Amino acid sequence: MANIPAELKYTKSHEWVRIEGGEAVVGLTDFAQDALGDLVFVNLPQEGDEVTAGETFADVESVKAVSDVYSPVSGTVVAVNEELADHPEKINEAPYEAWLVRVGSLTGEEELLDAAAYEKVCAEEG
Amino acid sequence: MEENARKTPLYETHLREGGKIVPFAGYLLPVQYQTGVIAEHMAVRTACGLFDVSHMGEVTFKGPGALKTLNHLLTNDFTNMRVGRVRYSVMCYEDGGCVDDVIVYKFGEEDYFVVVNASNRFKDVEHMKANLLPDTEFADISDSLAQVALQGPKAPEILSKLLQAEQIPQKYYTALRGVDICGMECIVSQTGYTGEKGYEIYTAPENAEKLWTVLREAGKEFGLIPCGLGARDTLRLEAAMPLYGHEMDETITPLEAGLDFGVKLAKEEFIGRDALLAKGEPQRVRVGLEVTGRGIIREHQDLYQGESKVGQTTSGTFCPYLGKAVAMAMLPRAFAEPGTLVEADVRGRRVEAKVIPLPFYKRA
Repeated sequence: MANIPAELKYTKSHEWVRIEGGEAVVGLTDFAQDALGDLVFVNLPQEGDEVTAGETFADVESVKAVSDVYSPVSGTVVAVNEELADHPEKINEAPYEAWLVRVGSLTGEEELLDAAAYEKVCAEEG
Repeated sequence: MEENARKTPLYETHLREGGKIVPFAGYLLPVQYQTGVIAEHMAVRTACGLFDVSHMGEVTFKGPGALKTLNHLLTNDFTNMRVGRVRYSVMCYEDGGCVDDVIVYKFGEEDYFVVVNASNRFKDVEHMKANLLPDTEFADISDSLAQVALQGPKAPEILSKLLQAEQIPQKYYTALRGVDICGMECIVSQTGYTGEKGYEIYTAPENAEKLWTVLREAGKEFGLIPCGLGARDTLRLEAAMPLYGHEMDETITPLEAGLDFGVKLAKEEFIGRDALLAKGEPQRVRVGLEVTGRGIIREHQDLYQGESKVGQTTSGTFCPYLGKAVAMAMLPRAFAEPGTLVEADVRGRRVEAKVIPLPFYKRA
């Protein structure tokens, strides 16, 4: 069973969000990394880029396939986890530590799920 | 999942081993196990991996006309082939396009065993039946055989725990039949689709689970792990081995695909020979690409030089052992020179790649 920390919020498209001091830290869930398989490439936005809730802002590639990553929030990218460029496998190893971007100047968000609701989403897809 | 997808005799075994099952070529097969594609790929390069390839098709040609039929159907020449040898070939249409690529085992002067791609089985059988020459008995025996592939540098040691040396094919592309592995009658060949030393083993479906278990046990001390379709694809791509539907198909000739070694134009006659001769030297060829930009180039992505589209990729992935992204592509001969730079359109983003010699990986 996928690890779903209770303190985070989630999207149906398998991103996690942690709100910290008015900024949103965004990553991929354990369920997502497990479904994708070994990740070998991550294409992230740059600092200053605008992201829109529900729209794709990054893509990740496993040996098998490429997948889009959707933004749970709208705002401006204030930091990018550059470490992932050389070590995309960190997402497989520790999905809740390997954040993708930090988004500030938040103007909106997707319908975010709590852990219990997200667990149901995973169970249905499982 | 596909409604009619079939299960190989090892389906339950894959579930027990933690395989992630996907539909492939009409069968439900593991794309990977818990270890993941990279670990499975590396196990084959450095230790050993075990694959279920029971989906592959097998047919037999027997009788006084068998040799003549094979020489008619296939591009390679089997005239001087010795018993116990295995040979790669392409099967062409009259227009020179590829029906499939196959491997041919010779077990007797009038006794041949041919392995075909699972996804092409029914098309191949139809084509073969329609083109049989007299005195040839043909049979599709695919459903009466399971097949596993034991691949990697440790494969000989693992098999040596179960078999006497004389029961193990000692040379690449040789085969033995009637081999007794723990009471199970098997065909064993030194062949594979990984670019690594290894064996392919065929047995009756009812033996499959026991054969798998026996090999898993024998391989444990050597680091053997089960491997899925994901690693099978990255391994064959890293070794630049062609895959039907990618590097060759109805629209690509074997010469364009760079399979000249399996096409004997000097042979008196075979289906497709006239067309291949008429076409002459191919104007486009299969090349290797190393991704020099950021990203991964996949199959069927357009290739550009400046604004002009010059070709398309046929396969592409990130190669775990080489640690880089590579692709194979069809490009006009003028662009085939190593060092030539092209750009791939990867979902609207241009990614640079450089033509490099094939294969990407060759075992030492």
